[in-house]
Amino acid sequence: MSRSLLSIEELGADGVHRILELADTMAEVNRRPNPKVPALRGKTVCSVFFEDSTRTRLSFETAAKRLSADTMTFAVSQSSLSKGESLKDTIETIAAMGVDAFVIRHGSTGAPWLVDNWTSASVVNAGDGWHAHPTQALLDMYTVRTALGRTGGFDGLRVAIVGDIKHSRVARSTSAAFHAMGADVTWVAPRTLLPPVFHEHHTESLDDVIGPDGSGVDVLYMLRMQNERMTEALVPNLREYTSRFGLTPARAARLAPHTLIMHPGPINRGVEIAVDPAELPGAVITQQVTNGIAVRMAVLFDLLSADADPTSDLERPDFA
Amino acid sequence: MTDSTSLLITGANVIDATGERLADVRIADGTITDVATGLTAADGEHHIDAAGLTLTPGFVDLHTHLREPGKEEAETIETGSRAAAKGGYTAVVAMPNTDPTQDSVSVVDFVRRQGQLAGLCDVYPSGSITVGRQGTQLTPFGELSEAGVKLFTDDGNGVQDALLMRRAFEYAKGLGVTMAQHCEVEQLTGGAVMHEGDCCSHLGLPGWPSLAEELMVHRDIELVRLTGAPAHFLHLSTMKSVELVRAAKADGLPVTAEATPHHISLTDELLRSYSAIYKVNPPLRTMDDVTAVREGLRDGTIDAVATDHAPHVPESKEQPLDQAPPGMLGLETALGVCIAHLDMPLVDIVAALSWKPAAIAGIDDVHGRPVAVGEPANLTLFDADVSWEVVPAELASKSRNTPFVGVPLRGRTTHTILDGTLTVENGTPTR
Ligand SMILES: [Zn+2]
Repeated sequence: MSRSLLSIEELGADGVHRILELADTMAEVNRRPNPKVPALRGKTVCSVFFEDSTRTRLSFETAAKRLSADTMTFAVSQSSLSKGESLKDTIETIAAMGVDAFVIRHGSTGAPWLVDNWTSASVVNAGDGWHAHPTQALLDMYTVRTALGRTGGFDGLRVAIVGDIKHSRVARSTSAAFHAMGADVTWVAPRTLLPPVFHEHHTESLDDVIGPDGSGVDVLYMLRMQNERMTEALVPNLREYTSRFGLTPARAARLAPHTLIMHPGPINRGVEIAVDPAELPGAVITQQVTNGIAVRMAVLFDLLSADADPTSDLERPDFA
Repeated sequence: MTDSTSLLITGANVIDATGERLADVRIADGTITDVATGLTAADGEHHIDAAGLTLTPGFVDLHTHLREPGKEEAETIETGSRAAAKGGYTAVVAMPNTDPTQDSVSVVDFVRRQGQLAGLCDVYPSGSITVGRQGTQLTPFGELSEAGVKLFTDDGNGVQDALLMRRAFEYAKGLGVTMAQHCEVEQLTGGAVMHEGDCCSHLGLPGWPSLAEELMVHRDIELVRLTGAPAHFLHLSTMKSVELVRAAKADGLPVTAEATPHHISLTDELLRSYSAIYKVNPPLRTMDDVTAVREGLRDGTIDAVATDHAPHVPESKEQPLDQAPPGMLGLETALGVCIAHLDMPLVDIVAALSWKPAAIAGIDDVHGRPVAVGEPANLTLFDADVSWEVVPAELASKSRNTPFVGVPLRGRTTHTILDGTLTVENGTPTR
């Protein structure tokens, strides 16, 4: 157990498995009529979001509350950042109020690592720049594991991550997590949307990974494609993008029934997924959102429970 | 002839452009008055026993950001001069990206005068190529060169407009001045934080591709071929840049180049620490580039080591990588980095730190001179073998943004002599 969760790489394969096991316990809590346990009573979790993301923030806050932690929110619009207060000042000020964990979202690569240097509290990276989003990766792993019933690992699982990989922290962390679980990952994107050294295990054809009979891939992970990539001339236009890299009705009809379709949300309807997801039997997109709470409960519990309230009725599972 | 103001240095290993030998050197009234063996100190003469030390012409930095006027909280001309002296420098060329810009005689005069007042090293202001470094209008090269400016650069930015750069070369050619280019095609580096490669791919940062430097090196080499005017390439960082300059020199073109201590010692992998201390422009590159730049220095393709000393207040470097300004300190560590990282004869290292940059700066009538009778006494004495580490609190610079804390360096200045006067004695600035 470490103090902070900053990246999948730091967590390692063992850490990923540990969190997923713990998430099973949390999912059980979430199925209770009253989904709340006192495990983190007396702990304070502060979300500090320098970038707007209501979904992720609510998911973390719900997770903290279900473990009975107190929550605080620091949104940038209310802050003095516009007055020139630095990230360091902000963190040191909040830390002085007594915080056990920071959940931080920041537009700059590495910001959570800097925060981790400046505070003795735990730090959870809720997304930094285009770089990392470890809890998204963990909830993705948990979703695949649950959907396919593969508790041992993902050996032999063929995963395609499709779309704007260059600007995606989800792609980076989720790839790392799939690798840690033993899956084979192929990146599918035009080269303008691919970081320079990701050219290995890369294809520019979604049809190639799906294969003629649709059996070429087990997990199709579609990334959000933003309009601004068009104005930046990274793709000629969204129609062409969809025709080459979108999950169109024709491609969806070809997919093998067992193929999981994932998306970190929110979906850019008609672009990366050009079908109503409700019509895709393999879509686990809403499960990803639901599982996000259990996984984030597991992460917070993992980081904060070492000296947690001993009156807790949630015993720390033994993984020895 | 000796008097109370004279200084005797005995037993030093003397290195200059004429070679290497053991000698005693006597200095009086700013001039070298005696070079021999077996000299003894007269009564009242200041005597330095330099056995085991190396005495060379003072170092010359082609690329120093002194921050004054405009950013005195990071460095002043006085504190920067002190850092220079401590590093063994007797002359620095002050980069023009001050506020106001060094694009007029009045600002240039101010910088020179502040340097004289500090009295710790000779400060030679450079001028910007374009007014306000805006890249649109040429500065008055004629007036500025009459005011003593020899080197022109928009450093911090390259001149993007090829036509304007052609005119700068053409106009300046008759004035005996040199255009020094920060080579960066900005269309290829928008938002870039670090070298474009493996590391930036994994960190999800916008990359600064090597090509952005190489395209401008190539463009300017061709403009030199067209105009015949000399060009100096600032802080080259890539393998291909070195190759381009090597080929241009083989063609006999009047081009010179410099490399920084950090580009011969550090790689982009260090950015994995997320510490903005390693953010520089041009960025730290790969080990292959580092090796190529070292080779460029070894074979003379790259003429000089220049520090790109770029002080910043601590708060500005305690920011995420994309928000922090680029730049690191260099003056106090250059010698130590060079000896630790350059596998070449000491005489060639000193050449790259002293007389070669002095010639590029157009100040080789006063600096980088041979250690000989009648020459101006601008000298450096250093211990080439001592291993040491930077102690931030001991830095003379007003800023602390050096990446070399906790890194073993080799070779350190003990004494610096400017115009016959000790500016550094036993490693400590005298004023
Ligand atoms: Zn520069």
